[in-house]
Amino acid sequence: MTGSGDDSAGNRQYRKRSTGLEIVETGPLATLQDLGRPGLADIGVGVSGAADRGALRLANRLVGNDEAAAAVEVTLGGLAVRAGHAMTVAVTGAPCPITVDGRSEAVNSVLRLAAGTELRLGIPDRGLRSYLAVRGGIAVESVLGSRSTDVLAGVGPDKPTAGTVLPVGPAPTGSPVVEIAPVPAPGAGDIELPVVPGPRDDWFDDRALGTLLHEPYEVGIDSNRIGMRLIGPTLHRAGNAELPSEGMVAGALQVPPSGQPTLFLADHPVTGGYPVIAVLPAVSVDVAAQVRPGQRVRFRRAGQRLSRGRTR
Amino acid sequence: MRVLRCADSGLLLELDDPDGVLALYAALTSEELPGVTDLVPAARTLLLRLDPQRADVAEIERMVRAVHIDHVDHPEHAEGGELPDRGRVIVPVCYDGADLTEVARLTGLSERDVVHAHTTTEWTVAFGGFAPGFGYLVGGDGRLRVSRRSESRTRVPAGAVGLAGEFSGIYPRESPGGWQLIGRTDLRIWQVDRDPPALLRPGVRVRFEEVGP
Repeated sequence: MTGSGDDSAGNRQYRKRSTGLEIVETGPLATLQDLGRPGLADIGVGVSGAADRGALRLANRLVGNDEAAAAVEVTLGGLAVRAGHAMTVAVTGAPCPITVDGRSEAVNSVLRLAAGTELRLGIPDRGLRSYLAVRGGIAVESVLGSRSTDVLAGVGPDKPTAGTVLPVGPAPTGSPVVEIAPVPAPGAGDIELPVVPGPRDDWFDDRALGTLLHEPYEVGIDSNRIGMRLIGPTLHRAGNAELPSEGMVAGALQVPPSGQPTLFLADHPVTGGYPVIAVLPAVSVDVAAQVRPGQRVRFRRAGQRLSRGRTR
Repeated sequence: MRVLRCADSGLLLELDDPDGVLALYAALTSEELPGVTDLVPAARTLLLRLDPQRADVAEIERMVRAVHIDHVDHPEHAEGGELPDRGRVIVPVCYDGADLTEVARLTGLSERDVVHAHTTTEWTVAFGGFAPGFGYLVGGDGRLRVSRRSESRTRVPAGAVGLAGEFSGIYPRESPGGWQLIGRTDLRIWQVDRDPPALLRPGVRVRFEEVGP
């Protein structure tokens, strides 16, 4: 998969240069993500951005960037990059084995890459999405105010491929202040996720909410940045009226006629036509974004403080 | 108005009809609502998306109720409430859609009457949401109300003009879709490198004009 002369149409927007971050291998999926493009819902454009926003923010803080700078979101590891010039980077999120020119390094730490060195991410043994931030941020041209790729809307920069050289922006004035951040790794077994019932829990029969709160659901293989497909007991509706489409938030558990819920993630549609039985508090959406296909989730009613999920 | 919460990420305001949604949307557009990142109007609801770090949900709910009461009780004094007029777009349409015959059958009109009804009334973009650049158009001839197709098409071409319920719309790019297709246009209604990228934003008036194939 190595390549250096790739100048296909998909890479035209990335100017060739000797400096920058060269993609050697992408792994299963690598996209560029920042904190997304809020404020465009009235023309049908969703927020998008990093699926695990806390992990992106942490990666940026480690290298002294603004929290909203663009980084590489890596799904299930497998990314290899070459530093075109000396640069400072950090990897957060799903803890992959990291090597720099073959030497092991730690996640959630500040790494200094000399010009020409190669950074490789192995497959994480837990969690799903890792973030590679570079001091100065990935500086591809922004689209509608963001450098995020929205896979549902088809808006944002092209996916980087082997041979793509990503430009790196000018270093910020602030310096990295810590060398390593102590962050608990994503869980490996069943994951507990808090939910708040509503806004449409009254569209379901008496047993549905209890089922959601007491039975485990398995994460389906066809999950992606748009949403997590959940496989488990069917949630039945109380009637068969049709819901006019309405606005959706990330973390919404939408239930189509099949009765198997979908948990909406970063690239969810702006509006949806199926009722939402419950919604995850915002911080727990980050936790959900790290659950792997095949893993199980258990929903429980959120406490008074909505933000009892992982905090950073 | 019913107010429904979406955990700490949103307030879903449920209203009686699209006019009520648009009036509240227009009124809230001119309000300072700290921590509200997006207003998402739809057919019967207006979603306020919140940044949980900055938004005080109870306070936002109080402000929204106050604005709503002003508009219901004193519409003559209330500020805003009218969707801003964002001008008019003429959309040239070739009426040879795959569902034109079915729409004629469902409405009891002739195919020519369907075309006539679609082109002689002015539509307004009420809201977006299905895809970037897609506008839900309201205000057309009431005889054109038809249900969606029972089976969604996996592939509707860009520029297809359709009907569903009280709405008409134009597919901005190729996508799946369940609307009844009556025609197609060459007009580029979504271009990401144009400012604004969407021709059909809420408040834009639309007139369809028949052109030959």
